[in-house]
Amino acid sequence: MVKYLLKRIGYIILSLFLIVTVTFILMKAAPGGPFASERALTPAIEAQMNEAYGFNDPIHEQYFTYLINAFTFDFGPSFKYVGQEVTEIIGRSFPYSLILGLEAIFIAISFGVLLGVLAAVQHNKFGDYMAMVIAVLGISVPSFIMAAVLQYIFAIYLQVLPIARFESFAHTILPAIALATTPLAFIARLMRSSMIDVLNRDYIKTAKSKGLSERVVTYKHALRNAILPVVSYLGPLVVTILTGSFVIEKIFGIPGLGSEFVVSVTNRDYTVIMGTTVFFSVLLLFSILIVDLLYGLIDPRIKVTSKEGDK
Amino acid sequence: MEHRQLKKIDFEPLQLKQSEAEKIVGESTSYWKDAWRRFRKNKLAFLGIVIILLLGIMAIIGGPISGQNYYENRLLEANQPPSAEHWFGTDNLGRDVFARTWYGAQISLFIGLMAALIDLVIGVIWGAVAGFFGGKVDEILMRIADVLYGVPYLLVVILLLVVLPQNLWTLIIAMTITGWINMARIVRGQVIQLRSEEFVMASRSLGASNGRLLVRHLIPNTLGPILVTLTLTIPSAIFTESFLSFLGIGVQAPLASWGTMSSDALPALQYYPNQLFFPAVFICITMLAFNVVGDGMRDALDPNER
Repeated sequence: MVKYLLKRIGYIILSLFLIVTVTFILMKAAPGGPFASERALTPAIEAQMNEAYGFNDPIHEQYFTYLINAFTFDFGPSFKYVGQEVTEIIGRSFPYSLILGLEAIFIAISFGVLLGVLAAVQHNKFGDYMAMVIAVLGISVPSFIMAAVLQYIFAIYLQVLPIARFESFAHTILPAIALATTPLAFIARLMRSSMIDVLNRDYIKTAKSKGLSERVVTYKHALRNAILPVVSYLGPLVVTILTGSFVIEKIFGIPGLGSEFVVSVTNRDYTVIMGTTVFFSVLLLFSILIVDLLYGLIDPRIKVTSKEGDK
Repeated sequence: MEHRQLKKIDFEPLQLKQSEAEKIVGESTSYWKDAWRRFRKNKLAFLGIVIILLLGIMAIIGGPISGQNYYENRLLEANQPPSAEHWFGTDNLGRDVFARTWYGAQISLFIGLMAALIDLVIGVIWGAVAGFFGGKVDEILMRIADVLYGVPYLLVVILLLVVLPQNLWTLIIAMTITGWINMARIVRGQVIQLRSEEFVMASRSLGASNGRLLVRHLIPNTLGPILVTLTLTIPSAIFTESFLSFLGIGVQAPLASWGTMSSDALPALQYYPNQLFFPAVFICITMLAFNVVGDGMRDALDPNER
């Protein structure tokens, strides 16, 4: 177990190193220096700016300073917002994204599982077809279209929910739903096929023949075993929610990390791009690790170490 | 109910003839015929194919038949509702939405197909080589894939787009740079399963080279899963393209894309919802059609999955 954990963390560090290095190379290769878009500077000032930001050092020295800084999570000041540290920007905007993301994950899992179970219980009946039509639609409607449709229906037409910004719980409902649509549909499909599989097992027959009620069998015996694929989907779910936040936060005007990232990309604010990229990657890689470990805890049949056992 | 008169002869045992018993009565079906039969029964998937074909045709002839072009600004005719002249109305710069929609279809379909094809080529070669040779080669190739896979897809694509000059091909390259991994994993799994089968051994003992084994025996036998993955890659590529274009880092003006059209329509959503309606509906229909076809193909080609 410890060996497995160390190995996984080793890979995470390798991935992170790769990401950090690649972002460095990309940002160095990017056309135009960081001060290119501002008013024309006198050569003297430009030289001084370059000196201040360390751009005159040899490239490998810049790289090492950058590596050390990235390791201590210090990305220096933003190029566009004078006087703001990258870590400050991340610290300020991340809570919004976190709240929104957790809400979306909650919606996706609870409704996805519910829809999948309903479909499986009604296998090949009307309810099943309805649930699967909803699921295919959910997968096919991109989150930004969903967001616009929700805004139009609930905020413009019915005027029951606020259209944008992030001020109260009511403000979070529409963006969270829009963010949750696609993963919800995925979970519903996963849940349906695994539930159908489980419901045909022998131990379900045994439970039924013991005289247990349909509900107890479905929710106590079947659901617990059928939910495992959903647990393994949690890693990709975090990725979907996170990348989805880029566009959802933009549409709903939420000052979260996703919109901060997009703004930094369009502004070519290189330090912010690097900082958010590394932050996102750490977040994702560790949440995938946690999900994998959780999986082993929930299902004792799967030993996380057994994957490595055959070597 | 019809009443049948039974005669004595009906109870006589039939004569067993060796040659008759061995005769195959039904038409012999191959894997592909079987799959096609199953696929045809799936009406939804069939409808998906028809829709994709229609979209393809409209993407080509849609612009010309409307008599409008996708780039001309006529500010005096801005924000019009659908009319006889502008079938889907005009946008905030007076450009014809109908022509733009089908021009956007060209771009979306082109990017989707190209990205999926490049993924296919890299993924199949990578996965087949890793699976076939095994050992060190497999270890190294798949470790590279694992590390790349650890990096979130859209993040990489966006980072690349920041740096590279923005045009269609950069978009496609950025999308394929980590997109092939899924295909490689699937092909590798299949090849590992197949390489120890007898027909491979038979071919090898007849003196077939590694290359021939791969190209003639292993890859054709993994074609089913490859096709399914390919079909399901297309909608995700189309989604990525419209997602990036929506954010303003994908397809650039004056080119039209469903993503940029949606994004342009958003600020005026309250007053001109029709401007969002058309690109949005066509993104959804396209993704829906490809998803349904992909699901249908999975059901038809992979009997284990049902």
